[in-house]
Amino acid sequence: MSLFKYESQVRAPLVEGNKDYHQITEDIVRPIENRPSKLWWTGFLVSVLLLCFGIFSVTREVIYGTGQWNLHKTIGWGWDITNFVWWVGIGHAGTLISAILLLFRQGWRTGVNRAAEAMTIFAVMCAGQFPIWHMGRVWMAFFTLPYPNTRGPLWPNFNSPLLWDVFAISTYFTVSLLFWYCGLLPDLATVRDRAKLKWRKFFYGVASFGWSGSTKHWQRHEALSLVLAGLSTPLVLSVHTIVSFDFATSVVPGWHTTIFPPYFVAGAVFSGFAMVQSLLIVTRKVLKLEQYITLEHIDVMNKIIVLTGSIVGIAYLTELFIAWYGQVTYENFAFMQNRVNLLSPYGWAYYIMMGCNVISPQIFWFRKLRRNLVVTFFMSVIVNIGMWFERFVIIVTSLYREYIPSAWSTYYAPTIWEIGFYLGTFGLFFTCYFLFSKFFPVIAVAEIKHILKRSGDNYKEKMDKSESETPEVFAHEFEHAEAH
Amino acid sequence: MSIKKFVVGSFDDEGVLFPAVKKVRKAGYRMHDVYTPMPIHGLDHAMGLRETSLHTAGFIYGITGTATALTGISYCLIYDWPLNFGGKPHFALPAWIPITFELTVLFASVGMVLTFCYLCQMAPFVRKHHFSLRATDDKFVMVIECTPKTNEAELVSFLKSTGAADVHVQNAETGWWLGTYSKNLPSVDNANPLLA
Repeated sequence: MSLFKYESQVRAPLVEGNKDYHQITEDIVRPIENRPSKLWWTGFLVSVLLLCFGIFSVTREVIYGTGQWNLHKTIGWGWDITNFVWWVGIGHAGTLISAILLLFRQGWRTGVNRAAEAMTIFAVMCAGQFPIWHMGRVWMAFFTLPYPNTRGPLWPNFNSPLLWDVFAISTYFTVSLLFWYCGLLPDLATVRDRAKLKWRKFFYGVASFGWSGSTKHWQRHEALSLVLAGLSTPLVLSVHTIVSFDFATSVVPGWHTTIFPPYFVAGAVFSGFAMVQSLLIVTRKVLKLEQYITLEHIDVMNKIIVLTGSIVGIAYLTELFIAWYGQVTYENFAFMQNRVNLLSPYGWAYYIMMGCNVISPQIFWFRKLRRNLVVTFFMSVIVNIGMWFERFVIIVTSLYREYIPSAWSTYYAPTIWEIGFYLGTFGLFFTCYFLFSKFFPVIAVAEIKHILKRSGDNYKEKMDKSESETPEVFAHEFEHAEAH
Repeated sequence: MSIKKFVVGSFDDEGVLFPAVKKVRKAGYRMHDVYTPMPIHGLDHAMGLRETSLHTAGFIYGITGTATALTGISYCLIYDWPLNFGGKPHFALPAWIPITFELTVLFASVGMVLTFCYLCQMAPFVRKHHFSLRATDDKFVMVIECTPKTNEAELVSFLKSTGAADVHVQNAETGWWLGTYSKNLPSVDNANPLLA
């Protein structure tokens, strides 16, 4: 059947193996219905332990104050805000895949969007922890919300990027969650209708909201997805733009640059795709989903990594150039002495950042390396280390030697509780991800079925054969295909 | 809701479904719905369904968000407690754009999702009758409502002639009710040979 005559034969199939609709359901839902493996339990328990350590570290911080961290007047933002920006950045790939690639009609997004969106939600949850607990008196966190109060009422400063952040991150979390869950509804209904056990019928019945698959509901669902994608696209760009405003609108040398918004967004997508790679390379192997998350997917994502990595590289060089060309003494000092100078206290961090983010991804110009799983996994970790150092470099190397030498700081290194908090967010992230991969379909079942006849292995073959059919037959089939 | 009689036909392939939908409509039968495991583009038009207005609702929610943000911030910073932030004007519109944008997106998204759930009658603890459990797996299930005038046997054979793989008659309640899927409903489910 050549119902979908549009996809070029040059493109590799996105669903491998001779699949039909039922087989797709079987393959993707199987891990949910099976008992969790030992590997799953091990990973899950390690994550929960990390989470507990994080909770313990944060509890100490709440009891004793931010003095538990090595922050002081000069370096008021250290690991905490570095981690915040790092986690938010990671979230961006999920929305990019689910929203922007939907608008661009990229078929390959269907294999990876569900897991990537889940990653977004968990990453934003982790990110949110840092500014909240960094407040010190965390029980006052609600002061950031504009509610009528007895202090005047005294309103928050709506002109402040820090308040923009509150709105941006909470909106981003809400919209991502809604988008993700709406996509999940049909798949949860699939699990519900296959369920044999009582608790599963109950759980997936409640979770699927009574989804039936009616044509009218699908029509609304499609409209909803499209509009949510349209809304998420500027949203995701705005979120990291606003995060970058936290720095760019201040007058700290090294932060006060107009290049920050695009540079932060590109960096966010860069690190996010690296995290997607790390997660999916493991997920596809453990859950045996290699035929749905194919080498083709890995290849395409590596292309995005090399693209965004190069954009980030250009941004670094532009910054350096402007620091020199602008001839502002303080800015020049921040870049040339605090960062580029290898012998300065944090010079090493700058070179780790450059090496991991700009130089190492260049290996992905080679197709062979893009399609090598070991290389990809290794690189995805390297990129995330590099992107963590980018935020560390921006924050710490700008703050520690600012305008007044008398206020220059001694060497800042985190305490164990600062590190523990960071590890705790890893625990939170992976606990959520393990639960997700056990209880929810990690690939969008309905969406894979939707692209099967366009991009499925066996259907592409058939399309090849039907190239030679008569124009009358084609015209007849085209009549139905037209609507697509 | 009362229990009605339906003729249910399952199709294996959307390529067969499309002409079948056209034939059924041409023959003048009352099509209740077609249940599919994934969105089939163009099926809504083939069935003669109206385009959804969900977008319009989203736009209205969106501008509500814009208006809320602008009036809210203006009230707080100009009328209720004017504060001098760095000598800038009280009406600092450029600085309000981020929050205005975020609230626009937030209102539009939340509003649209709630409207979607309301229109499709979907919520946690909502239970509906499902004509075929494989409609969420691999079958395209066409459901035709029987009116007093309908000749069932004729309809069944007609549906088979259009390419339906499995055709049967089912009595079902079409609305929704509060409940979970962990309990069987003998009154409805027993009438459904696919569930038995």
